[in-house]
Amino acid sequence: MKKIIATTCLAGAIALPGLAQAREVTLTTQLKDYSGNDAYLAIYVTDANGQYQKTLWVAGKKAKYYKHLSDWARGSGMNPSEFDGVSGASVGSGRTLKVSVELADTLIDAGYQIRIDSAVEDKRDARADVSAPLTSKGAGQPATGSTYVESFTYDL
Amino acid sequence: MLRQSHSLPGLIAALLVMLLAISGAILSVDPALERLHNTATATGQLNVGQLAGRVANHFPGVEQIQRTASGTVIVYYNKNGQAGAETVDPLTGESLAPYATSAFTRWVKELHRSMFLGTPGHGASGVGALFMLMLSVSGALLLARRLGGWRNLLRPLRGTFSQRWHAEVGRLALLGLLLSALSGLYMSATTFGFIADGSQSEPAFPAHVSTGPTLPVATLQALQATDLNDLRELVYPSPGNPHDVFSLRTAQGDGYVDQASGALLSYQAHDSMHNLYEWIYQLHTGEGLWWLGLPLGLCALCVPLMSVTGILLWWRRRKAGPNIRHNSPAHSADSVILVGSENNSTWGFAKTLHDALHQSGHQVHSAAMNNWVGDYRKAQRVFILTATHGDGDAPASASQFLARLAKTGLKPGLPFAVLGLGDRQFAQFCQYAHQVQDAMLQAGGSPLLGLETVNRQSSQEFARWGHALGEVLGQDLVLVHTPQQPRTHQLQLTERIAYGEQVNAPTHILRFKACGELPGFLAGDLVGIVPPGSPIPRFYSLASGSRDGVLEICVRKHNGGMCSQFLHGLNIGALIEAFIQPNPQFRPASGAHPVILIGAGTGIGPLAGFIRNNKARHPMHLYWGGRNPTSDFLYEPELNQYLSDRRLTALRAAFSQVQDRCYVQDRLIGDALTLRRLIEKGAQVLVCGSREMAKGVIQALDEVLAPLNLSVLTLKAQGRYREDVY
Repeated sequence: MKKIIATTCLAGAIALPGLAQAREVTLTTQLKDYSGNDAYLAIYVTDANGQYQKTLWVAGKKAKYYKHLSDWARGSGMNPSEFDGVSGASVGSGRTLKVSVELADTLIDAGYQIRIDSAVEDKRDARADVSAPLTSKGAGQPATGSTYVESFTYDL
Repeated sequence: MLRQSHSLPGLIAALLVMLLAISGAILSVDPALERLHNTATATGQLNVGQLAGRVANHFPGVEQIQRTASGTVIVYYNKNGQAGAETVDPLTGESLAPYATSAFTRWVKELHRSMFLGTPGHGASGVGALFMLMLSVSGALLLARRLGGWRNLLRPLRGTFSQRWHAEVGRLALLGLLLSALSGLYMSATTFGFIADGSQSEPAFPAHVSTGPTLPVATLQALQATDLNDLRELVYPSPGNPHDVFSLRTAQGDGYVDQASGALLSYQAHDSMHNLYEWIYQLHTGEGLWWLGLPLGLCALCVPLMSVTGILLWWRRRKAGPNIRHNSPAHSADSVILVGSENNSTWGFAKTLHDALHQSGHQVHSAAMNNWVGDYRKAQRVFILTATHGDGDAPASASQFLARLAKTGLKPGLPFAVLGLGDRQFAQFCQYAHQVQDAMLQAGGSPLLGLETVNRQSSQEFARWGHALGEVLGQDLVLVHTPQQPRTHQLQLTERIAYGEQVNAPTHILRFKACGELPGFLAGDLVGIVPPGSPIPRFYSLASGSRDGVLEICVRKHNGGMCSQFLHGLNIGALIEAFIQPNPQFRPASGAHPVILIGAGTGIGPLAGFIRNNKARHPMHLYWGGRNPTSDFLYEPELNQYLSDRRLTALRAAFSQVQDRCYVQDRLIGDALTLRRLIEKGAQVLVCGSREMAKGVIQALDEVLAPLNLSVLTLKAQGRYREDVY
């Protein structure tokens, strides 16, 4: 019994430094003035090949529409544990979404990207509306979106 | 109870329901408009592979192809980093127009779904659908009750303008509104998760995809196997990613398509819940079912009309409601008045009786018939004033009376009088009053008077009843009840044609002009004239329409007839006060069916008016009875004129004070063959004259119709037999 407790403590001690190496990132997403309802957004990290790694934020509350955020939906499997605690309301045309999320240091300057998939009711779905390399140099540099996103900035 | 369960939700939700209905009606046009602007393809004409091949020629950067339920094909593409969307012709793949949803449609849609109030608004829309459902069901039940059962649901409707339109429009729109309300309610329930919306998890992303070279999209086998009409959406793989696949959504299911092998991967068929949701969604929106959407929209447009007429009806009922002063308690009253009323108009008459009895010193108790307690200890007389509802049924405030009476019984020999109020246009005129009379007799009551009736709220008939009652009670009983006197117009007598002096039936055709503009009326409507010295108006059938430029009536002088003497004594140029009471039931139906006009004496007035306006020369046959052709052949010159210009097909006059005396009934029997032929052709019968004559006419016509297995009662029920009797 004592042994088990000791092992658990040890595992915690090893994991803790990992947590300490995460930092808070502020994501600012400014939408275009498009004509349509509020947009659903998925902001997530992929590797250089576009392979899904981790969800940063999901805007939009109805899970039944998540399939329109198709690359993210494929990667995450729309598994609720992937976006637990990092979701909020959909974002209106011309509005700005600003959220702060935890990001592991290991993902920065390691060839990863931040991507945004977006969708609006009765309008097109946009895969990789934004695609920006996740680097210390890229922080604070606005990236342009192709469909609904006007600009996207992350501040490390 | 049923009535309250209709009017209460109606009042509460009128605005909400109107908002939903109007916005819904606007949206209902969209599927039809969309269908007008796209190219339809037959099943088997075009597959998705062919379409994708054509699209690829025009849009190298295509990312997604969508086909809406209404058949519009939309291509989403990326050109030089900028996203675009265009509708395309599926036969060529060429662009038709840039695709954008109209801001107006989106606005109306959002208004319809949530009134821009987010989740609470979605809830309000759902509640609106629930109200609509309740109103449709209770309205249908009320209508069936009023018409005497479900099998009579399509019978002609009668009543005031608001009553008729409310019911007529409701009947037309019933099915559509039920469908919209039920489907709307279902969709609202799925929005809130009360019912599963049939959304399925996405098919699992295929674990293995081919690695070979990608094939041209038009040759992919899974796409070739999918008919264009089944396509919902085709999402292209990310450009340059050989591991990615097409996502294909069809009417039947979803899956992925390998871009190298063309195989369909991880296909997942829709389950029945999903199909149910899609089907109900289509029924509600009309998407892909434009031919259903348009009539549903029309039904929805009926809702504002019904809301407004419904509120008007409720307001009128409320205003007519009981408002009795000096109402003694049931146990101490010597006179008890019981009221059976559907829409409260009978209460006005009861109040007049109550006040008159109270003034002559009686302790009077008035109550609804349903409040019958049996234990009226001091009662010396009971008056029952009751309307009849529907096909001879009890009106709302009397629905439990007969059962209660049977239970409590009656003080032996208690004097009573029943007055029936009704409308002779109904086949079962005052039927319920007859039942009450019989039940009271059977319970051992002793009648003060025989059963009397009042037709169409006639003040005169009511006053007559009061007079008769006064004689029995040994006291003067003056009952003056004028149900809502409308604004009167001043009219000037301009012309008089006198008939019938020699046969002791002085009859005048009187023509009036308005001092300003004539009020609007048609032949067959009634004019109410208030003679000097009496507050009660007398009604005369109009022999002209306001378009004729004169107001024409035909009046016989009666001994002691206050108003007829007044009118006969008028000098040319004299002024009278009059108002119009519309009588839309008594009018030839539109259409080319033959019309049989039957009348006697002054009853010819409106009939002559109908003939004069028969500009379309529909077959019209007039049967009319007078006394002597040399003296009271009313309208003789006009009728001959109408015969020669074919406005009148046949004139069959009968005279009772000549050698071969003959009544109009005899003429009908003599013409049985012709009449049967006309009835078989769908003829409509309009009868105008005295009640006695009308009775004789019914007897004669029943005889005429018997070989056809028809009777006047069936014609009445079909709305083909209409009377204006006095």
